Amino acid sequence: MTSTVIAETVPLLAATLADEPGEAGRRRRPSVAMWLSVAWIIGLTLVAVFADALPFVHDPKRTNLVHAHKSPSSTFWFGTDKLGRDIFTRAVYGARTSLMIAGLSIVIGLAIGGTIGLLAGYFRKKIDYVTSLAVDVMLAFPALILALAITSTLGHGVKQVVLALSVLSIAPLIRVVRAQTLVYAQREFVLAAKGLGAKDARVLFREILPNVVPSMLTFALTGLAILIVAEGGLAFLGQSVTVPTPTWGFMIVEGYPDLERYWWISIMPCMVLFLTVLSFNLVGDQLSKRFDIKESLA
Amino acid sequence: MRYFRQKLVQVVIVLMATTFLSIFLMRQLKGDPAIAITGGLVNDPVALEHVRHEWSLDRPVPIQWLRWLENTAKGNLGQSSAFNVPVSTLIKERLPVTLYLMVYAQILSLLIAIPMGVYAAYRSNRTFDRVSNTVAFGLLSLPSFVVAIFLVLVFSLHYHLFPAAPKYVSPFDNPVLHFKNLFLPVVSIALAQVAVYMRLLRADMVATLQNDFVTMARAKGMSTARILFRHAFRPSTFSLITAAAVNVGALIGGAVIIEQLFGLPGMGNLTVEAIARRDFLVVQACVALFAVGFVLVNFLVDIAYAFIDPRIRHARALA
Repeated sequence: MTSTVIAETVPLLAATLADEPGEAGRRRRPSVAMWLSVAWIIGLTLVAVFADALPFVHDPKRTNLVHAHKSPSSTFWFGTDKLGRDIFTRAVYGARTSLMIAGLSIVIGLAIGGTIGLLAGYFRKKIDYVTSLAVDVMLAFPALILALAITSTLGHGVKQVVLALSVLSIAPLIRVVRAQTLVYAQREFVLAAKGLGAKDARVLFREILPNVVPSMLTFALTGLAILIVAEGGLAFLGQSVTVPTPTWGFMIVEGYPDLERYWWISIMPCMVLFLTVLSFNLVGDQLSKRFDIKESLA
Repeated sequence: MRYFRQKLVQVVIVLMATTFLSIFLMRQLKGDPAIAITGGLVNDPVALEHVRHEWSLDRPVPIQWLRWLENTAKGNLGQSSAFNVPVSTLIKERLPVTLYLMVYAQILSLLIAIPMGVYAAYRSNRTFDRVSNTVAFGLLSLPSFVVAIFLVLVFSLHYHLFPAAPKYVSPFDNPVLHFKNLFLPVVSIALAQVAVYMRLLRADMVATLQNDFVTMARAKGMSTARILFRHAFRPSTFSLITAAAVNVGALIGGAVIIEQLFGLPGMGNLTVEAIARRDFLVVQACVALFAVGFVLVNFLVDIAYAFIDPRIRHARALA
């Protein structure tokens, strides 16, 4: 809700997207949809990064009242808003903020949640018990309310929103990484390494971590999708990054009151958001099949 | 029984921690909490001192938290500064809206997801399965607010079937209007859940259908519908039930956004407004209520498992 919401759905999505037992034997080739998703993600990122240099992307802050409320056309691909700003341009700059916020949050979440998950899954005992309890507490806090509480106390800048979203992503990531670590910590090669006298740090980072990385990446992709939606949810509550920085969520909210007459102001960013979230989900799903990540929920 | 006790201890710890966290977060705001609690309406130092004493505001946060627990246990949630009524009155007024939204959304999504999941599993890898799988993937990627915007555009602005800014009507006053007004919000929340439930049920069901007892039932000449719903359905529902319980968290998030979008006077709407207006006591009560609801549902489902599934009951009795 972001949802869907939101942090709780990471493990849920994983369960939903996990491979079915009947199809385990045969590995399907990546589908057309998968390649389209990759193309969309890469294209979007490139356009967002090089927005300043591209000829078809204008100045997102330039207002032009003569062109206010223009419907989509060959000049204004996505139409214009009430100040005559080009929606396509704003969507491109919105991609910059939305992707950056979600990306940064998931990286921070992975760094913290991943480390804690590794330690809890490897050392078990007290660390594990305390972590599991902490994770339960964090997951019991309705995700959106927690994010809301954080941004409303700390402010609505990019930094604060990133902080709120990374806090949300930590608990589910701990759970995932811990479960994976548990599985690998009992495998023969880990026993062998220990038998050869390897220290804990070596076992953790040289033996276990490389095996856990694929599932971390997979969940990071799904997590990105969830966090993009979460940012949109925050924007809906007036608690995300505000003017003049456009995010997709903010653009959607901005156009909502005028939905009847000027539908494109809201709908166009909605479409972009949907396609992006769909792409991340599809690629994440493909990866989880590729790496055969099923046991993570056990 | 040991399992039950363990779970109960966990529930209590989780509840303590969430309430503490919410008070701790609200105290990070700048300004005198006593003034915030009274909404800045009270200038009388004696009255402020009274409020400070009532909620132990001059003491450290852990003491304030204990004080809040104590007051709550006595049934005193305090007075809302923004609405100028007791917090408990506010919650009594707002809670039904959110409960209706969440319960209807849950029922609707299960009603759609169960038949579709069962049929998709029965005809796995056929056209229906593939199509529904693709559709489910699309639904998973549609945030509730995007669904809501599309629904409003089509069903209220274009066809004028449902209101875009529905008033909340109690089902006891006017059941027809009640359902009509809540229809779009409920569908917006439910659609994404449909995809989750359907895919979970399908996956479990496909596995169940490969069991020998299903082949046996078929060999005895039992009808397909009977095999699917009487024999295979029940053992396939465990992930579904867990998901439905865990999803209460997602439903709360969905309800908060959707209430805001449709302007429905529910708990989510109240929380957002209370946070914006620095109405501490309301925020604390709302967050606590959300957490209690979520934790209790999950606790009950955990316990219900043991009753539903004899395998779990015995496995745990042995452990």
